[in-house]
Amino acid sequence: MSFRLDEEQRLLQQTARELFSKRSPVSRVRSLAEGPGHSEELWRELAELGWVGLAFPEELEGSGLGHFELAILLEEAGRQLAPEPFIASVLLGGMALLHGENAGLRQTWLPAVARGEARLGLAWQEAGSRYDAQQIETRAEAVEGGWRLHGSKLQVMDGGTAQALVVSARLADGGIALFLVESQADGVRCTRQQLLDGRRADLLELEAVQVGPAQLVAGPETGAALLERVLDLARVGLCAEMLGGMSRAFEDTLAYLQSRVQFGVPIGSFQALQHRAARLFCALEMARTAVLAAARCADQRPEKLPELASLAKARCSETYLLVGYEGVQLFGGAGMTEEVDIGLFLKRAAVAAVSLGDAAWHRARWAGLKGY
Amino acid sequence: MATLEEFRAETRAWLEASAPAELRGSFSHPFAGYWGGRKQHGATPESLRWLALMAERGWTAPTWPTRYGGGGLSRAEDGVLQQELRRLRLPPPLVGFGLIMLGPTLLEFGSEPQKLAHLPAICRGEVRWCQGYSEPNAGSDLAALACKAVRDGDGWLVNGQKVWTSYADLSDCIFCLVRTNSEGPRQSGISFLLLDLEQPGISVRPIQLISGASPFCEVFFEDARAPLQNLVHQVDAGWTVAKALLRHERAFVGEIFASSVGGGESELVALARRNLAAAEGPLPDALLRDAIARNAMDERCFLLTLQRVKEDMVADQRPGPVASILKIEGTELNQRRHALAMRIAGPGGLGWQGAGFDERSLQLPRQWLRSRGNSIEGGTTEIQLNIIAKRVLGLPSAGGPS
Repeated sequence: MSFRLDEEQRLLQQTARELFSKRSPVSRVRSLAEGPGHSEELWRELAELGWVGLAFPEELEGSGLGHFELAILLEEAGRQLAPEPFIASVLLGGMALLHGENAGLRQTWLPAVARGEARLGLAWQEAGSRYDAQQIETRAEAVEGGWRLHGSKLQVMDGGTAQALVVSARLADGGIALFLVESQADGVRCTRQQLLDGRRADLLELEAVQVGPAQLVAGPETGAALLERVLDLARVGLCAEMLGGMSRAFEDTLAYLQSRVQFGVPIGSFQALQHRAARLFCALEMARTAVLAAARCADQRPEKLPELASLAKARCSETYLLVGYEGVQLFGGAGMTEEVDIGLFLKRAAVAAVSLGDAAWHRARWAGLKGY
Repeated sequence: MATLEEFRAETRAWLEASAPAELRGSFSHPFAGYWGGRKQHGATPESLRWLALMAERGWTAPTWPTRYGGGGLSRAEDGVLQQELRRLRLPPPLVGFGLIMLGPTLLEFGSEPQKLAHLPAICRGEVRWCQGYSEPNAGSDLAALACKAVRDGDGWLVNGQKVWTSYADLSDCIFCLVRTNSEGPRQSGISFLLLDLEQPGISVRPIQLISGASPFCEVFFEDARAPLQNLVHQVDAGWTVAKALLRHERAFVGEIFASSVGGGESELVALARRNLAAAEGPLPDALLRDAIARNAMDERCFLLTLQRVKEDMVADQRPGPVASILKIEGTELNQRRHALAMRIAGPGGLGWQGAGFDERSLQLPRQWLRSRGNSIEGGTTEIQLNIIAKRVLGLPSAGGPS
């Protein structure tokens, strides 16, 4: 396993950095609530570059690259706090179809996703589930020709802008199945929920939504495992996005320490602040290790993915928040103002830290995986 | 010239035929081996035999030139040799500061007579060396050292004190930083001097730590003598030598340290299972379970970071900025691990001696206390943070931009 980027990966990183800084200034975040939650135009542009379908196989109109490359891309998106729905559409919804049992759904949807024409999502979280995706109250009631879905899902990432959502549901015998539900289907209601970082999530309500075998993504034999796998892949992607955000927040803080003058000198010359900055550097590099390792693992050693995804998510959840807290403190009063960007990173850190499981939950999961 | 595979085959055959049977499978740690020296401390018949066999081939210092007692092997050949030694789980035939610190330094800075005088004796394990750097008033600020050497006829006369000298009580000789000039910049009045410890002007006193006995000593010099030719490099140019030696030290300490990290999780879980009377299943104490998982995940992340740093070293031929975090992260990880072991053990970790404590539980408080020194020795955490702030992050020096 290597942590290093090869020539092509560095080129991808550089191109992505240029594109996101040009097309997605951090200040976009302040007006997200006024639009759909992301930019249709930018999303199409990303699709044309082959980046939306980066990790889809070529026969599905993807670029045939891996999660490591996707992580490189998401880190760059994270540096600009770009809200484009990679995680919802590509990793949660897209990977569920890619690794699910239903070849028809895969053929129908994934090329359209890669082209930027369709978006997907995954509705897994419920009022009583907290972070445990296996805690499911949503029911799939067996009826003539298929099932009827009843229940509601919380904070579906970019759910309202997706054309179809993969929904987890409990079968009558207790098994877990995943279905693809089109947003326009009868009985589906999506209500926008605005999160504290400006991102959109949606409340999904399902009232006797009719689905047939053609919409079955995974049956009870594979449903639970697929759900975990997809969530882990999305965790790796989210961690990469977080890594980009914390790196940028740290760089902004460092630049402020060098430029802000008090007592006639840059405040970055004070040892008390230097040590805080150096501590952040240590934490950031450890987080970078965890993210790179998890992304490599997603491509090369899928059997180790659960532990490395949890390792990365636990690390990134704590480190992004730490960088956010320290950033606001080191910016002083300016850090508390809406005008300065550092607060936007703290808000994103708070949401991302909780999304797909917080640090303590992932430590408990790790302990469980290790048998204690 | 033999190919690597031929070299491997010959080496394997020779080791299979010659390595003492008693030592096979006994490897525990890269630094766990015989230290050599006139006092032959810790020697056993088989360790002496193993040393003699390997020294005969120059394989106690495989990459040093043969004329100085080394093996003259290439790095690749040395890699093969180490793999073959590891294959039989053989301990190193000789360890010590002569091999890892003084030797490489003499190869870089020593005169030809100095190399011939000292390197073969190091390779054969005849002389055990210790390192005299720190002083009571020169810790983090090493350049403040005051132990003084003055020219006196055909030699040097040394007065002063060294401290934190590991294994001075078991060593034969000491390589020292001494002050030879009190004028000008402090760094340019320091020289690198070799002294024999067996002389009336030198006395050694072991230091007792809060954790009990330790390898550390104080060394006192009262009109101690060294011949003129024992000064390495040039007079007043010892700082350059000292820095090079610290590089060798750090490279080795990093390797040692890396090999000692790992395995913390299973030990802590076993300790918790004994102390919580929970033989299987999830640990009943959620806080301890969380703390163990945190420690284990930190440990894994640290080991992965070490691997990352190594990859950078190989690819870029120099340590990258990430290498600068290893000392801080590694030592604090170790400290947290021992503190957690104490927390898990509870009353069972409080025993110092007497009835009712087994050997394992008596080690707990000693290891915990000893670990507190990790963030002080070899460059304090605060000095490391200064280095990161200035050299990696480019923050301005105190008192304004320079």
